[in-house]
Amino acid sequence: MKKNIILAGVGGQGILSIAACIGLAAIEEGLFLKQAEVHGMSQRGGAVQSHLRLSSTEIASDLIPEGKADIIISIEPMESLRYLPMLSPDGLIITSINPFVNINNYPDLELILQEIWKQPKYFTLDADAMAKECGSVKAANMIILGAASPYLGLKPQSIENAIRTLFKNKGEEMIELNLKAKNAGLKYVTENS
Amino acid sequence: MQKLLLLGDEAIAQGAIDSGLSGVYAYPGTPSTEIMEYIQVSKESKSLNIRAMWSANEKTAMESALGMSYAGKRALVCMKHVGLNVAADAFVNSAITGANGGLVVVAADDPSMHSSQNEQDSRFYAKFSFIPILEPTNQQEAYDMIRYGFDLSEKMRIPVMLRITTRLAHSRSGVIRKEVRHQNELKLPGNLRQFVLLPAIARKQYRELLAKQSELQKLSGESGFNYYQPGTDTKLGIVACGLAFNYLMENFTESPLPYPLLKIGQYPVPDDLVKKIYDDCDEILVMEDGYPIFEEQLKGILNLGKPIHGRLDGTLPRDGELTPNIVAQALGIEFQVGKEIPGFLKNRPPRLCDGCSHNDAFLALNEAILSYGKGRVFSDIGCYTLSALEPLESINSCVDMGASITMAIGAADAGLVPAVAAIGDSTFTHSGITGLLDAVNNNSPITILILDNSTTGMTGGQTSSAYGKVEDICRGVGVKEEHIRIIKPLRKNHEENILIMQEELAYQGVSVIIPRRECIQTLNRRMRQQAKIKSLEII
Repeated sequence: MKKNIILAGVGGQGILSIAACIGLAAIEEGLFLKQAEVHGMSQRGGAVQSHLRLSSTEIASDLIPEGKADIIISIEPMESLRYLPMLSPDGLIITSINPFVNINNYPDLELILQEIWKQPKYFTLDADAMAKECGSVKAANMIILGAASPYLGLKPQSIENAIRTLFKNKGEEMIELNLKAKNAGLKYVTENS
Repeated sequence: MQKLLLLGDEAIAQGAIDSGLSGVYAYPGTPSTEIMEYIQVSKESKSLNIRAMWSANEKTAMESALGMSYAGKRALVCMKHVGLNVAADAFVNSAITGANGGLVVVAADDPSMHSSQNEQDSRFYAKFSFIPILEPTNQQEAYDMIRYGFDLSEKMRIPVMLRITTRLAHSRSGVIRKEVRHQNELKLPGNLRQFVLLPAIARKQYRELLAKQSELQKLSGESGFNYYQPGTDTKLGIVACGLAFNYLMENFTESPLPYPLLKIGQYPVPDDLVKKIYDDCDEILVMEDGYPIFEEQLKGILNLGKPIHGRLDGTLPRDGELTPNIVAQALGIEFQVGKEIPGFLKNRPPRLCDGCSHNDAFLALNEAILSYGKGRVFSDIGCYTLSALEPLESINSCVDMGASITMAIGAADAGLVPAVAAIGDSTFTHSGITGLLDAVNNNSPITILILDNSTTGMTGGQTSSAYGKVEDICRGVGVKEEHIRIIKPLRKNHEENILIMQEELAYQGVSVIIPRRECIQTLNRRMRQQAKIKSLEII
């Protein structure tokens, strides 16, 4: 088993929580894992990405080689396209369609979506609306994690356990909200694939 | 033993805690910050009573750690690569004093300048100082090397550098812990003159330091961090230092590496290992995630021997961090890249947060200096450096910690009056106070903005040494009371703040304006914690 995952978004959107969930699940399953993160200055509202690699055998590089990512998981549509050079020819994009506009020359959203829809494999989700329906727009990252969950090579139970672990200090209500969001994302891809 | 999922930085921290650490000293700096942060929140560290507080700067951190080593206990000091410039005086001389308790200096380099103003390679400093270096390739090695580093330091009575780069510092992987070791007892150096670098003593100790080098080289050959691995294709031999080893091996996951390999993780590198690969192979390729230090040594100026390839002859790029693809290219391995980034995509550079106090301070400054003209604002290192970019475009320099005040002095001396300095509170106590003293002694016609957001913001909100002390320090250094102005940078105070700035700009002497409002990030964090405490109280 070997999975190369690019996580993309804007600083503060919660991609590190997605990374942490996948990481915890991978550790529970006894997999090898390397996850390169972006910290520091680039976090301030800038584009952030994380390279996440899971494998049943030892992993050499912390960075995914170009063209070798199996999946791009993004919380922001434009950011999902920034890592196309990393994606393998039959790779999958899972992204929110909700733009995070903090620059004044943000491209036309329609143009971005058209480009994503040109890729061989993709899921585009209205993660904000789905998260709101679950109880809080802040859980949009868990919607995206849920949508990606069948493609990570991980057991559903380990992902659920990971969410419980990650949010255990924030109370049962938060755990349930995040699980609900994860399940909503999962349901969407199951019904639309 | 227990397996933990840790950042490279955290692996170093946990390794130090488990190896009998007594104290850690540091100033925040990406990518080294998380080492201290991990030790500060560690329950084990608290129960072991490990000293873990931020220092005013890297020099004070290095010296405090040296003091702990003098007293026989194990000390860790952590900094980013440019922090070592600040600590250099203490660092270089610590090689001559030598260590008593184990002393490990972590230098976190930033090739590709993800969060830095340069990509200097700390291995140069260690070589220059005759200090041995450990360079881990992964998180487990980082954990293991800390313990080895303390042992090496105590055995050879010398400080040891642990050199990491951003990619390892900020990458997470599984780490298996070792048994926890006790701290050292308080124990003075056997020779109470060991740390007295009077010339007569220093000469003797310097010769001893030089004499240690052959033993250090021998130990580098025995540790297992350096090894030679023969190969079937001797047309090329590969020397891989630090993380370069990972990028090399990434290209040989399906098939074994055909070339002989010298993997380097500890310096000084043993001559016999170098000779072995050199003799066995027709040509050598040196891969280093940093400056071509080893490559330069192997090649010499004239490269009269076998061809040596690497960053110097263009086989690898001259600058920037290595990647699996760059290494593949150097080896002529074909690889398929994904699609190009669509042309309509826009960059999303980092920016000041919404509600940031710096934004309001610079909006006021931009208007206040309008009548004098642009190009007179010297600034410093912190979040506020982002004000160089659109839309603010307020500042005209960012060089090194503290340079804003001193550059303003020089520019004013040259006739650029008024000159303005803009420095953060934490940067001010790091390296700005001495510059302010120069300004006062010089009676420089400069206006200094000490942007007080009451934290070390850019690295994530660590305690600022300046907290609650800024105006007292300014008074103490000799700034006149009436020219220390505290303002609150808020939109509603905009006009009033402009007027205050204009008054001070017109003053022909040193004035300090302190725009004071808490960092929006630390404020939010504090509010969330308070809300949590409140909700617990209700339950």
